[in-house]
Amino acid sequence: MSTVETYTTPDGRTIGAPVMEMKNITLRFGGVVAIKDISFDIREGEIRAIIGPNGAGKSSMLNVMNGFYHPQEGEVWFRGKIRPPMRPYQIAGQGVARTFQNIALFKGMSTLDNIMCGRLTHMKTGMLSHILWKGKAEREEVEAREKVEKIIDFLEIQAIRKKPVGSLPYGLQKRVELGRALAADPELLLLDEPMAGMNVEEKEDMSRFILDVNDEFGTTIALIEHDMGVVMDIADRVVVMDYGKKIGDGTPAEVLANQDVIDAYLGVDHG
Amino acid sequence: MFYREAGDFKTTYAEDNQTFPLKLDRIGYYAILLVGFLVVPFVIDDYWVSAVLLPFLIYSIATIGLNILTGYCGQVSLGSGGFMAVGAYASYKLMTSFPDLSMIIVVLLSGAITAMVGIVFGLPSLRIKGFYLAVATLAAQFFLVWMFNKVEWFYNYSASGQINAPERTVFGFNITGAEVQPFVAYLFCLSFVVVLAWAARNMTRSNTGRRWMAIRDMDIAAEIIGVNPLGAKLSAFAVSSFYIGVAGALLFSVYLGAAEVGEAFGISKSFLLLFMVIIGGLGSIFGSFAGAAFMVLFPVLLKNIMVGQLGWATDIAAHFEFVIVGALIIIFLIVEPHGLAALWRVTKEKLRLWPFPH
Repeated sequence: MSTVETYTTPDGRTIGAPVMEMKNITLRFGGVVAIKDISFDIREGEIRAIIGPNGAGKSSMLNVMNGFYHPQEGEVWFRGKIRPPMRPYQIAGQGVARTFQNIALFKGMSTLDNIMCGRLTHMKTGMLSHILWKGKAEREEVEAREKVEKIIDFLEIQAIRKKPVGSLPYGLQKRVELGRALAADPELLLLDEPMAGMNVEEKEDMSRFILDVNDEFGTTIALIEHDMGVVMDIADRVVVMDYGKKIGDGTPAEVLANQDVIDAYLGVDHG
Repeated sequence: MFYREAGDFKTTYAEDNQTFPLKLDRIGYYAILLVGFLVVPFVIDDYWVSAVLLPFLIYSIATIGLNILTGYCGQVSLGSGGFMAVGAYASYKLMTSFPDLSMIIVVLLSGAITAMVGIVFGLPSLRIKGFYLAVATLAAQFFLVWMFNKVEWFYNYSASGQINAPERTVFGFNITGAEVQPFVAYLFCLSFVVVLAWAARNMTRSNTGRRWMAIRDMDIAAEIIGVNPLGAKLSAFAVSSFYIGVAGALLFSVYLGAAEVGEAFGISKSFLLLFMVIIGGLGSIFGSFAGAAFMVLFPVLLKNIMVGQLGWATDIAAHFEFVIVGALIIIFLIVEPHGLAALWRVTKEKLRLWPFPH
């Protein structure tokens, strides 16, 4: 499947060319090999899941993707070009946004300001126009606010717009964090366990938001998730990692049938 | 009773972004400005200006400066006294080297020079955080005071080691030296306060401020959403030092007239500013004013009561002043750790609903 340029999902969406390609990535921390020679791609418009047992290197993979870690070997290709080593904020400027496993919101700011922060990479005025405020800065602020309000509507968090995020319940904080990532209009959205610690209802909501984001904005999404049911339902293709190695790659059905994956999750029968 | 937002509808985002969203607040703000510029200058005397208003205005600028760095950007600094000294000595050198330079330009240039010094001493913040950064800025404090003591060029080789502000005029009025009319000094400082507070408010409500606050709240997440930590931290150091430098220049040239660095800009000044910021409220422009007002006005009030009303000896009153102010600081921090600004916010929330409980 990964050899063809485009493919069509069972629900009729056409998946395009690769947005990001990981080629033979190896990441080591001292003597510990966190990721070992992994290659896969994420294609335009698809929902790509990365799964694996604890400590498999999934989050490290995400950190490589958004430039927080620099792999010792291998190349990251973004939009058909090799990506030189960059700082995370430069990669954010290229259109890669992410959420975190442990919520990383700005606790001292309101929901609105948090999501406005997501639009930082799109706002160009400098400090001098901010000081003057009237004119360019105010215009840009209002434009950004319009975008942000759309996201607030989309995520149904109008009521908590001006509340400090520190006081919000966990599920809503996760939603605000998704909103902050969405505000960047990302070309690639990385979600690190968007449903960790949620109850069934919140999981359903979050799954729906993820599908809608992909559907309405056409955003390419790579996500890490532990809930296999959710992954099988929403992902187009799945990468399975175990002990830093890739042990499976394909549609959910293919991955489920893969003997290595079954072994990793259920253990090998030694009897 | 009429402090309501009901009926005060916003139909554009620009209106929603106003500094004072409530109409009553806006009216109050303009009223205070009018009184400050048009009424106060005609009714004040020398005592009010030198004991209350000038220190309040000048420390307000410095407190806004430190609040930008510590309250908004989360970088603790104990070097503010040293940076004030940079502003003071910069203004002294500028005044003596270029006698024809307007005092307004002198003060602004002193701020700019302090900003550059601030950037240099802000560089460690890229590597170290929290308490460790506080210690690094403490080094800046001691180094700067030492430098202004040792390098004679800074005080023009005067025998006393002091700097004395030469006489300068603004728009024909004396602004420094012995014969300054109180209302001139007051208006001069008030103008700086208004412009700088307005600029600070605009910075903190736009992206500049959001970058700072993002760094303060979670620097790793900030970098990942596209904040350049180097740019954000150094700009906070630069802006903050600019404000503190301006305050130092005004304190020396307009208020004190003469200064000796260890005495006027020692470590106690750094702590005074930090107290003002914390008592006023971290991350609030209003809090900066409230903190400065509290630390300036309260001792004056206490002194007036104890010496003026109760007739105590001055030295006993002075000791009691320390005890009471110190105790109040502790009580404040326990009762309302977010400072006077939070207290004011809660009061406003209550007022909106009054007389109903919910």
